[in-house]
Amino acid sequence: MNSTSALLPDRPAAEQESPVLIVDDLRTQIHTPRGDVQAVDGISFTLGRGKTLGIVGESGSGKSVLGRTIMGLYSTGPTMTVSGRVLIAGKDVHTLGASGLRELWGSDVGMVFQDPMTALNPVKKVGVHLTESLRRHRTMNRAQAKAHAAELLNLVGIPEPRRRLDQYPHELSGGMRQRVVIAMSLANEPALLIADEPTTALDVTVQKQILDLLDRLQDELGMAIVLISHNLGVVAGRADRVAVMYAGRVVETADAAALFGLPHHPYTEALLEAIPRLDQPPHVRLAAIDGAPPNMVAPPIGCRFAPRCRYAQSDCTLAPPSLDGAVTRGIATPGHSFACYHPVNAGGQ
Amino acid sequence: MAGSGVAHLRLGAEQILTVEELVVQFPTKGGQTVHAVSGISFDLLDGETLGILGESGCGKSSAGRAVMQLPPPTAGSVRLGNDELTGLNAQTVRERRARMQMIFQDPVSSLNPRRKVKDLVAEGPKIWGREVTREQIESVLHAVGLDPAVVWERRPHELSGGQCQRVCIARALMLDPEVLICDEPVSSLDVSVQAQILNLLEETKQRYGLSMVFIAHDLAVVKNISDRIMIMYLGKVCEVLPASSLAERALHPYTQLLLESVPDMTPPPIEAGTVAQRATGELPSPLNPPSGCRFRTRCPLATEECAAVEPQMREVEQGHFLACHNSGPGASGVA
Repeated sequence: MNSTSALLPDRPAAEQESPVLIVDDLRTQIHTPRGDVQAVDGISFTLGRGKTLGIVGESGSGKSVLGRTIMGLYSTGPTMTVSGRVLIAGKDVHTLGASGLRELWGSDVGMVFQDPMTALNPVKKVGVHLTESLRRHRTMNRAQAKAHAAELLNLVGIPEPRRRLDQYPHELSGGMRQRVVIAMSLANEPALLIADEPTTALDVTVQKQILDLLDRLQDELGMAIVLISHNLGVVAGRADRVAVMYAGRVVETADAAALFGLPHHPYTEALLEAIPRLDQPPHVRLAAIDGAPPNMVAPPIGCRFAPRCRYAQSDCTLAPPSLDGAVTRGIATPGHSFACYHPVNAGGQ
Repeated sequence: MAGSGVAHLRLGAEQILTVEELVVQFPTKGGQTVHAVSGISFDLLDGETLGILGESGCGKSSAGRAVMQLPPPTAGSVRLGNDELTGLNAQTVRERRARMQMIFQDPVSSLNPRRKVKDLVAEGPKIWGREVTREQIESVLHAVGLDPAVVWERRPHELSGGQCQRVCIARALMLDPEVLICDEPVSSLDVSVQAQILNLLEETKQRYGLSMVFIAHDLAVVKNISDRIMIMYLGKVCEVLPASSLAERALHPYTQLLLESVPDMTPPPIEAGTVAQRATGELPSPLNPPSGCRFRTRCPLATEECAAVEPQMREVEQGHFLACHNSGPGASGVA
């Protein structure tokens, strides 16, 4: 997880035409009055067409900052410094400039945010939200755009789309609003969708509907999805690959089944054990993770999880373990990387 | 679902809290009525934890608040031990309900941002004119896993969400309650902190001999902490069952829908035609709830009977009660 690690391996060669998304040693430093916070600290991965990368982590792990930096919503300026590269469909996001980004957003990449109410303009009708990007990125007249907007609402499973176009966001339920936001982000069939906690504000039954919808749309449109969530269950069922973030870094990444089936990083293991499960009897004592995430202005020098880790030894606090070190040392299988000197389940391959 | 009836009340047992036919309605500007809770009943035994499970808008929070008389329910009875809480003047209610304390979802906004932890914790007894010693405050802070020396002079913004929730629990404990009502106490917390708080609530319950009503939307969380679980939908009770039966023995179509909607670490292959796939649509408006069973508009098992007759709670096995015409043994329709 240290610095310039190689690109994370993405599935076998057949799929590897050219990745939709390449993130290379991305760092986002936020300048605050208390000091500089390295919110994203050297993250690299690639994502191919039709694939889903799940990013999980707790609050403050940097997962949302990562999503927004990939999107180009965060770039170098007075309050932050971004370094590293992000290529979406071959375009280097952080060299595009304002007008280039406007071309990129809504056509090559779409984003779905956590709170569908604040992602929609309360004084504009649903139809206006949808036709805006259609008319901007495609040569459509008003009537064509409106017809296409109705098709989009149909695509995301909203009944009576024509009527909904003339409604305001407050007239829709939370699930319906999130469908509208998804329809907006899909209007021009982007190659990449970044979904930042898309179902966190929703009930479980609606959450399932929205995740099923994303699955179906991914099949139909072949887009790549970066699915950011604090809910491991959401990610486990939907992602091809999963990256676990802690304190700005990826601590473990693998295919979803491998990561949840046999985690090697103590943090991943601890997270999985902290979650109450329906298949456990009531009143089972949960394995809480002691302590709190580090102060990101002055994070620990070595492994950032070491102060809370039950397996930590003296070498953990000296230098940060690298994400691909375990593969190099032959402990991990290719495709399963973790940044740890004393991994768990290491003998159980 | 959404049935009426009191078959699940354990008459004759030693109840610490009994709620009967609780109704909560709110008038709207247009002269309509929001039917938040429409006649639910439940009881709580000494030392028991009752989990109330449901999605947003099912009335679980309104029910919890109505038990606390915040505001008093539109109709129905709430008895704490042998003391009736409804229909009393404000002063008597305040005196009687001090034996019940509540913990809310957002721990930061439920603490006065201008007060220090030592004052926040001492606030309850001081309101009652009781002497509070430094030792008492320190001991309760220790009990909730906070170091008094560290947090003593701090204000809520200097604490994390999990620490604020610990302060809220400490505040509740200072009044030596018999019943703790927790309304989504862990849903704004990260999983690692959530586990800490759930463990803390369990320990606190043992140490202080509390009974608990635990309101939440997360099935696994509710199962973890509860002895008995009541599932609500649109202001009514669907099912009451022992927590240990939730995953395997739940019968109500809505409970099944909830169970099948939970994203799982090891997703089972979903068979075609499960309830979750066949259940459609959205929560109806509580302004104008459906007749009969309130879940019928989304229920794959719904028949004409469901629209005409509201199902009543009936016992399907020991301690397991169900309000549905078409599921469970002895269903009148075809399951």
